[in-house]
Amino acid sequence: MNYALIALGITLIFAIMGVLNFAHGQMYVLGGFVTYYVYGVFGLNYFVALAVSAVTVACVGLVFERFLFRRVLRITTREESTMLLAAGTALLLDSLGLALFGEKQRGVAPVVAGVYEIFGAFVPASRALIFVLAGGLVGALLLFIQYTRPGRALRAIAQDKETAALQGVDIDRYSALGFALGAALAGLAGGLLVTVFAVNAGAGTPISIKAFIMIMIGGAGVVSGAILGAFVLGFSEALGYFFIPGSTTYLMILVGLIVFLIFRPQGIMGKPWG
Amino acid sequence: MRLRVVAALAGLALYLVVMPLVFRESRYLLGVLTTASVLSLISLGVWLTFAIGRINIGQAAFALVGGYTTAILSVKLGVSFWLCLPAAGLAAALVGAVIGWPILRLKGVYFAMITLTLSEAARLAALNGGTITQGATGILNIPLPGEVTFAGVVLVPAFRALNVQLAFYYLAAILLVLGLFTVTRIASCRLGWIFRSLRQDEALAASIGVNVAKYRVLAFALGCFFAGIAGAFFTVSQQSIYPSSFGVPDSVYFMLYCFLGGLSYVSGPVVGAFVLFLGFELLHGLREYQMLTYAAIMIMLMLWLPNGLLSLRLPARPRVKADTA
Repeated sequence: MNYALIALGITLIFAIMGVLNFAHGQMYVLGGFVTYYVYGVFGLNYFVALAVSAVTVACVGLVFERFLFRRVLRITTREESTMLLAAGTALLLDSLGLALFGEKQRGVAPVVAGVYEIFGAFVPASRALIFVLAGGLVGALLLFIQYTRPGRALRAIAQDKETAALQGVDIDRYSALGFALGAALAGLAGGLLVTVFAVNAGAGTPISIKAFIMIMIGGAGVVSGAILGAFVLGFSEALGYFFIPGSTTYLMILVGLIVFLIFRPQGIMGKPWG
Repeated sequence: MRLRVVAALAGLALYLVVMPLVFRESRYLLGVLTTASVLSLISLGVWLTFAIGRINIGQAAFALVGGYTTAILSVKLGVSFWLCLPAAGLAAALVGAVIGWPILRLKGVYFAMITLTLSEAARLAALNGGTITQGATGILNIPLPGEVTFAGVVLVPAFRALNVQLAFYYLAAILLVLGLFTVTRIASCRLGWIFRSLRQDEALAASIGVNVAKYRVLAFALGCFFAGIAGAFFTVSQQSIYPSSFGVPDSVYFMLYCFLGGLSYVSGPVVGAFVLFLGFELLHGLREYQMLTYAAIMIMLMLWLPNGLLSLRLPARPRVKADTA
């Protein structure tokens, strides 16, 4: 479910802006750190911490969109430039994280204590809480995109930017919204997962790679694909680590991915080169 | 035209003769310049994939292939470095062709993402390579290049008998000049036009009889060849290789060098690699803020010069324009 949050965030940004957000993993780390400070160090309520994470990272996303991506999208002659810019922002956030938070592994205590027994498997209550929260957030986002006015505008932009503009959709405003929303999702995912896996300043790149894998499996720019990809990756990770421990698992996943993409280059749900 | 040739020759002389003479005793500077040269070589390979309209973020994977080829050949089989170097390039090109053949069907962001995961896959493969790659310990004690004799005449003396830094500088410089020359030639001959046609529209290119699959694999494999050579160079100059010698961040850097140098120019990757790498080293004094400042400068560059450093209008600069199409 958490993977779904990450994948949804990156998909949202990609669909709306056509920008592959390299800094997604770094945003996730930032969200984790904010939660760590607000909840773990200052001892405020966990939900407050989550909200602060989301807002902080959304602001970062907003600033990036407003001052960096929009300008480059306007003046560049090659569309790949945005990717380079995204890679640059990833570097910036990475080093910023290192300078601000140090290189220590940061984790917080579980939010709720206790263990549930479900079908004979023991699930710590904190994990169950995260699962429910993440599921709720994904659901809320889907409802938002499907049934509200801004959600409809976002979908319209993702389908066809020019046509959406002709129908009176304020592209600039909704692009900013989409970017901020995508970033906020990364921040939320970070804030949720910091209770299970601690974060450190260097954790961003692997997360970004995972996000890329997920949207490649599912198909870039498609919301249902992102969720599907997240589940496929989550399950193959879990199964893989159960049967063959160690880093061989990831090697297998990557090889499998390449083979899969040979047969279906656009992912499961993707449009043929969208 | 004449002016351009003169300027190019002057640059060459400065690079091959003056710089090594000036810096011959400064090991640090020489090392920095050497590294910048080889980074340029790798970036030239990335540029070749850009030439066919694909964003390659998997260059580190092929550098790793080249590096391990050299390490295994020279340590386990005792092959001379001078044979390992082309072997590393060929191995990387071969792997590139085999992997590239299917994945080059992907376009745009998909290709970028798959090559990015390729970087990671190569690292994991090296980590899990058992006794062949020796896992996380890597391969150590790789011998320095030996001497080359032909008919009793010593063509290249053993590196250990020389000023090692200087020897590596010359090797890197010669490799880079050869690489740049090759790519310049490619860009200006028929092959270059074919590559550019692939970048603009593959379907159109196919319709006028260009064998799209063949040429894009060719471009990709050539790029990988460069990465293999450079990987071999780094392996030998550092006398060791680990799975993490080349990783995802390196791949991203190579791409950035190309971008910031200017994608439309053959010399773009070289300029980008030199300016950025030297810039990074100059910021050394800032210690923990080195990365931060560097990243900020990079973003500034992208904001003000989104089409690369070479898009600055300097009329005196000899430019090989690759994008007059």
